[in-house]
Amino acid sequence: MKYLGSLVALIAAAGLLAACGSDSSDELTVYSGQHEQTMSLLTADFTRRTGIKIKVRRNSESALANAILREGSASPAEVFITENPPALTVVERKGLFAKIPAATLAKTPARYSATNHDWVGISARSAVLVYNPKLLKAAQLPNKLTDLAGPQWKGKIGFAPAESDFQPLVTALDKLKGPAVVASWLKGMKRNSKLYDGNVAIVQAVNRGEIAAGLIDHYYYYRTRDEIGAAKTVAKLHYFAPGDAGALVDVSGAAALKSAKHPKEAQRFLAYLVSKPAQEIIATSESYEYPIASGVLSKKDIKPFSELKPPKIGIDDLGDGRAALRQLEDAGLL
Amino acid sequence: MRRTRAPSVLLLAGLLTAALSLIPIVFLGLEVHHIALADVKRLLLRSHVADLLGNTLGLVVAASLLSAVVGIAAAWCVERTDVPGRRIWMMLLVLPLAVPEFVSSFGWVSFFPTMHGFWGALFVTVLAYYPFVFLPAAAVLRGIDPALEETGRSLGLGPWATFWRITMPLLRLPVLGGALIIALHLLAEYGAFAQLRFPTFATEIYAEYEIGFDGASAALLSLVLVALSLLFLTGEVLARGRARYARIGSGAQRTRTRIALGRRTPVALAGLGTLSGLSLGVPLAALVYWVQRGSSSTLPSASVVGATMTTLELSLAAAILTVALALPVALLAIRHRGVASGLIERSTYIARALPGVVIGLALVSFSIRSAEWLYQSVVLLVVGYAILFLPLALIAIRGPIAQLAPRMEDVARSLGLGPLRAFVRTTLPMLRSGLGAAAGLVFLSTVTELTGTLLLRPTGTETLATQFWTYTANLAYGAAAPYAAIMVAIAALPAYLLIRRLDMTGT
Repeated sequence: MKYLGSLVALIAAAGLLAACGSDSSDELTVYSGQHEQTMSLLTADFTRRTGIKIKVRRNSESALANAILREGSASPAEVFITENPPALTVVERKGLFAKIPAATLAKTPARYSATNHDWVGISARSAVLVYNPKLLKAAQLPNKLTDLAGPQWKGKIGFAPAESDFQPLVTALDKLKGPAVVASWLKGMKRNSKLYDGNVAIVQAVNRGEIAAGLIDHYYYYRTRDEIGAAKTVAKLHYFAPGDAGALVDVSGAAALKSAKHPKEAQRFLAYLVSKPAQEIIATSESYEYPIASGVLSKKDIKPFSELKPPKIGIDDLGDGRAALRQLEDAGLL
Repeated sequence: MRRTRAPSVLLLAGLLTAALSLIPIVFLGLEVHHIALADVKRLLLRSHVADLLGNTLGLVVAASLLSAVVGIAAAWCVERTDVPGRRIWMMLLVLPLAVPEFVSSFGWVSFFPTMHGFWGALFVTVLAYYPFVFLPAAAVLRGIDPALEETGRSLGLGPWATFWRITMPLLRLPVLGGALIIALHLLAEYGAFAQLRFPTFATEIYAEYEIGFDGASAALLSLVLVALSLLFLTGEVLARGRARYARIGSGAQRTRTRIALGRRTPVALAGLGTLSGLSLGVPLAALVYWVQRGSSSTLPSASVVGATMTTLELSLAAAILTVALALPVALLAIRHRGVASGLIERSTYIARALPGVVIGLALVSFSIRSAEWLYQSVVLLVVGYAILFLPLALIAIRGPIAQLAPRMEDVARSLGLGPLRAFVRTTLPMLRSGLGAAAGLVFLSTVTELTGTLLLRPTGTETLATQFWTYTANLAYGAAAPYAAIMVAIAALPAYLLIRRLDMTGT
């Protein structure tokens, strides 16, 4: 009966662990799909300033959004932070977010937050083309996203259709040029490209010359450069023409859940995220995102935020990503 | 094998386990039933799905067969020949189980970035999964009474004919079990195929969640995996046959003599060396490389200790619960064959074919709807592990149970012991090595489990795998590498114990 004994002991131990785990009613629960190193700096600084403790649940933004959709009003999440708007939008459409006070929203340019005040933008990044200067001359670099579907790009380009950073580009092109252009662009992209599982793989493939260029968000380039060393980084960044879909600036946002047990503290955390001290942390952090609130500028050697020329589409237009998914499916990319 | 009516306690325990394993499938059904028929057609009948089906089936079949060949060949070398350093080889050949698939494919992709597609995926998965065949095949090769094969030889069969007509049929159960596990694993595999750029149903399911936040279409595609798993599960039953494996008759087995390799020794050594070098050397070298190269590699923080302890506790709990759940099912399936026990056993395998994210989200739905107090608790997490890894425990126990004649228990009962005490005093002690192997397999799989853990853990609980994920997701490979190294080291311990047990049972 040795086994039975240890089983009983184990169940008891597991129960004890569970009890310890859940005994934290004074902590604010944050679901975070954001860059961990920066998040841990932000939460530590917030706790130091306010005394409010934070418990962070880390996962990909999509897994967290899918979990919140299932949890509904029973969600333990009190604040949800993502890398892209669609993960927020899909929860917003279920009416699960609390409205954010105007004072918080006023810290960030209005175009980077949800128009219905359900979530606030905290940081931004730009879509870019990463290219290998040994394989492409400056004259060959594209002006527009749609150029990449042309025959001269056959076998030269890489992108990640299943990556959550790619679908905003599809949506942006759809808003600017319509579904027919998207369909033929995706068809050309499928013909021309190698498919990767993420932005990191693309940067590395470009860097070693496996492909000449790839579509990514700017910060993956810098983070990879930090990891492998500047000396070994041959690849360079190229920005698409002003106003083109390829010049899209996408934001990371945060929202408070209606069902939060600590609604005041949740709003206080959101207010902190757009405050000067928090934005200064983002400005200097290794995540290479652009701070967008309280007038703070990035301290990193990246293209200044004011020089980015994104297309004129509202952040709400990025939608919940379902239309883009459908277009990717129809193109046979997913 | 005798067919007696199953004791109702056993049947009840088996039904409970089966019900637990079917929870995720029930919740998939609930999600799918909202989808309009037109959408079902659009999602399932597009050309990309045909590609996915071809990729998935092609790889699963090829990798299972190739793993079986590699596993049997390696087991034969180690168990039946006088190849030098047998114990060390056994260790090295089992250890790939301790390397999480996201670490091994990461290793391959770091060194050979161009490796991708079908051949790349086949290569990496066979190297990662052949131990699932090697381990049970080695155990059986060791346990077979030499008299069987000697009789074959004495009746005029050559060595090859003896192998095919006597040894292979005896290997059928463990090899089929191992190949089945590999097939189910591969249906669910995500990380390796994503990195190797080989789209399968599992990678597509992830993409549906990732960019469409679309539980319904992901559930629909998951049901295709369920259907495929049923195909393999039925196939395995048909291929298994109704043979008896327990040794009956009086007398003890004598020790076997090994085949002297002589001048063929270097060939065997080269083969085993290449196999372990590729399956262990490359992923481990990648870890070392990133610890040295990655600029983010500072010394791991205090969280390493916490994550290690959490991982150990969770894995131990998962191992014990899973084996406890698997034992009645295995007893039913082997000793009380019938429709009910067959269905119970088969139903516990299905969940293994589903990606961790599907099981995780299904259990989220389940606990939110039916058992909210369990949500994000350690208990639900451990139950999740049990659902994922029951099949591993089952294949490890089912062989040893089949090799035990129920006679001893009958004798104990005839001497006046009740059924439970008779079982505990006779069969259970003899099953110890099988149960240990099952617990070891579940333990090392839990150590390396990622996607289910991310969804089900209590907020704030971090395991080695979740920490590794956190850092690699943010490109801090140097910082991630130590977590992977500890994971491999921890998982290597049960792998070592598996070998020790094997060593004690035979020769």
